Amino acid sequence: MLSCLVVDDSRVIRKVSRRILEDLGFEVAEASDGVEAMAWCSAMMPDAILLDWRMPAMDGLEFVSRLRAEPGGKRPKVIFCTVENEIERIREALDAGADEYIMKPFDGAIVASKLAYVGLLPELAA
Amino acid sequence: MISASDRIFLAALCLARAGLRVDADKSYLIESRLAPVARREGFASPEDFIGALRERGDERQGWAAVEAMGLPETEFYRNRAVFERLVGDVLPTLAQGRGGQPVRVWNAACGSGQEIYSLAMMLADAPTLGRQVELFASDLSERNLEKAQAGLYSQFETQRGLPARMLVRHFEKRGESFALSPRVRQMVRWRRVNLLDDLSRLGQFDLILCRNMLTQLTAEAQERVLDGLKAALAPGGRLVLGVKESPGSTLSPAAREIGLYGLADEQARSAA
Repeated sequence: MLSCLVVDDSRVIRKVSRRILEDLGFEVAEASDGVEAMAWCSAMMPDAILLDWRMPAMDGLEFVSRLRAEPGGKRPKVIFCTVENEIERIREALDAGADEYIMKPFDGAIVASKLAYVGLLPELAA
Repeated sequence: MISASDRIFLAALCLARAGLRVDADKSYLIESRLAPVARREGFASPEDFIGALRERGDERQGWAAVEAMGLPETEFYRNRAVFERLVGDVLPTLAQGRGGQPVRVWNAACGSGQEIYSLAMMLADAPTLGRQVELFASDLSERNLEKAQAGLYSQFETQRGLPARMLVRHFEKRGESFALSPRVRQMVRWRRVNLLDDLSRLGQFDLILCRNMLTQLTAEAQERVLDGLKAALAPGGRLVLGVKESPGSTLSPAAREIGLYGLADEQARSAA
């Protein structure tokens, strides 16, 4: 079973994301900021990370930069999921090592298409 | 609520004008598609709009109603594998066969442009091939064409299928929307075309994309459109249908998994 770590300081968003990811067949873990997420990853690297940007303690951008420098830290597919929707921010996230980017508000179809794009779900035939 | 007889009138209008199959029982769908057009045309409700169409039969308003019912579901890179094969293999082969002449590509029923722009962005990123390809796109709906030409998409539309790197490379933010770069937009030439009309004036094409549109049409209209598209194929040309659509027996698969077909008699000849 593929695993996904949901990193967001909003409990509501974590719950929504968990529901979507579990429906897509992922095993889900949660972290409420970058520090918690780093702790998770040092214990076990997940297959995917759904990552908020603005969070207390350590924000998403700093998290992804640090993660990529860790041993095994290049393997997880990192998908930002944030209200930031300026092109410059998206570029910054990709340059820091993110694989994909979701702008809130989002839904299950968007999450599924991004996971398919990074190769963790089969492409929907339609 | 739009009455049953109004819905039947609308379904008949769509059938007559565009061969479009509209299920008169789907009152919710009809209501939701028609409401914005009714508002735009200055009517208080979709009921009033259909009432006026039935009474006065205004030509332009009739088309506006038909166009609204024919809006296709469209997104960027629908079936990504199709685009990868087109750019990686099909178009280079066609270009080779054309020996320096441009490869003419036509996206028939382009909707709001996501499909032809998906291809255009890839060709912009592969300029050697891109320079050998000419892109044309058509739709029945003027409104679709206007939206397509503007190249302006909502956040929701861009997230459906468009990879973040493509978004960053080819779009800029304009208010709450994302605007495709003029460089990519200018790669496409647009035209309003009803696929039931005589298509011979459009010339011939090496590649025609017409995906997931035929299934919206009646069997009779499907046949007529397919005949028109086949006649518009240049020798050795290829037609791309939706991966779940199947063409008549006069077309034979060149790569069925991506919905790619060629003329059956040509393929038989080249095999012999």
